[in-house]
Amino acid sequence: MPAIVGTVPDDAFPLVSGKVRLKGDVLEIQGLDVPVNRGTPALAAAVLKACEVLGNCEVTGFLVGDIGLGKGSRKLYSHLVDHLPAMEIHTLAFHYLQPDVDWHNRIVFAVEAMAKKPLMIADAGFMYAAKMSGQAGFYDLFTPDAGELAFLADETAPHPFYTRGFILHDENRAEDLIQRAYFHNNGATCLLVKGKSDHVANEKGILATVDSPEVEAMEAIGGTGDTLTGIVTALVDSGMAVPLAAEIAAKTNRLAGFYANPTPASSIVEIIHQIPRALAEVLAATS
Amino acid sequence: MLIHRLLNRFKRQEPPKKRDDLGILVFANTSEVIQAERVLKKGGWPVRVMGPPPGIQSGCDLVIEFPLMEELHLQRLLTDAGIPPLEVVPVNDPLLKPVDLFHTKDFGGYLMVRAANMKLTVDKESLVIVNVSGGGCPDVPWLAGLMVGQTLMDTPSPGTMGHTLCGYALKLALEEVERQCLP
Repeated sequence: MPAIVGTVPDDAFPLVSGKVRLKGDVLEIQGLDVPVNRGTPALAAAVLKACEVLGNCEVTGFLVGDIGLGKGSRKLYSHLVDHLPAMEIHTLAFHYLQPDVDWHNRIVFAVEAMAKKPLMIADAGFMYAAKMSGQAGFYDLFTPDAGELAFLADETAPHPFYTRGFILHDENRAEDLIQRAYFHNNGATCLLVKGKSDHVANEKGILATVDSPEVEAMEAIGGTGDTLTGIVTALVDSGMAVPLAAEIAAKTNRLAGFYANPTPASSIVEIIHQIPRALAEVLAATS
Repeated sequence: MLIHRLLNRFKRQEPPKKRDDLGILVFANTSEVIQAERVLKKGGWPVRVMGPPPGIQSGCDLVIEFPLMEELHLQRLLTDAGIPPLEVVPVNDPLLKPVDLFHTKDFGGYLMVRAANMKLTVDKESLVIVNVSGGGCPDVPWLAGLMVGQTLMDTPSPGTMGHTLCGYALKLALEEVERQCLP
């Protein structure tokens, strides 16, 4: 069972946990509707769309409202610390959360208390906290974009906002930055770097590069990184090895973007609708 | 009067130079930093938003660097504005410097600017913000919801609405788009 941990951009949204369903362009959890436009709802929708191809999988959501003040995130962290140790989860993906090293470390303790450690995926704010805590190695997969890779490579930066200029984003240097991130122990076991070219890497270097189809407009569309993290979450949960799942997810996300034929003004929902078609095609070509 | 003008000129133009002349203002959250920066810059004070040194254990992930000798004056200004700092300390350790590089990508009808981990895209003709992407803090999807579909002239500013470093980076991206697109 995959579980998604993240926030909804509505301060009034309560802390909820339970099965997530997709009704058209709206997520439903515990009787509450969440519009899918970007962020964690887009990630959850991508998991559900990938599951349409991969077979029956129940997706659990741990969601809370937070608009950046961190109150919701802290409430959710506290809930997870109390409940995770008794849960059985195969794949646990953390997403848009207020970066907080102290709470991150308490989550790590709670996961260690589980009977079986889930496959651990971190993206967005929670990945920032994981890097800052010095415990990147606890994770099976980080999904940084090119700028966030530079942040992982900069051992002094507590946030991408402070990445030093000489390290800062240059996609042609992805291999150097990956190496530097691992040298400073800031890489998860596997990295899926999202960018003009997507790279799957581990501490030995780049394992696979995916650069087609190239859909330039996707870089501007909010949520394209979230859908990629969602697709890889579903694939990892299906039992696929993390590096292969990352490569297939990268191909699928690009192909979904290609089929959506977007402009820089398109919404991520248009791409999400194409995920089943794209994933089926990529899986057929892989097998 | 001349002395007053000269003093004002010094106040407005002299950048912070010597480290032991500098202090930092610490605030509870990024929104307060952004408000304080606005108040102080509006008054012409040579302040800079920076990252806190490792020794600072309170406050958020942004601080305001200022000429230490102006401490009382600035404290009074900020208190009057309803945003008194949590702490005022001299700079002893190196401060983290925020990203100051912008990347611009021209899609033909659309212009995208990236500041740090945030990207903002605008329709060049209508000046409508068509997308916000990147970032990892929870205010990003919220700010995107407020800004997408608005023109550059009408959009709420992430500088006043945002709460995190991602929100601050989005503010910088918006300012760069405005610089490139508005007359």
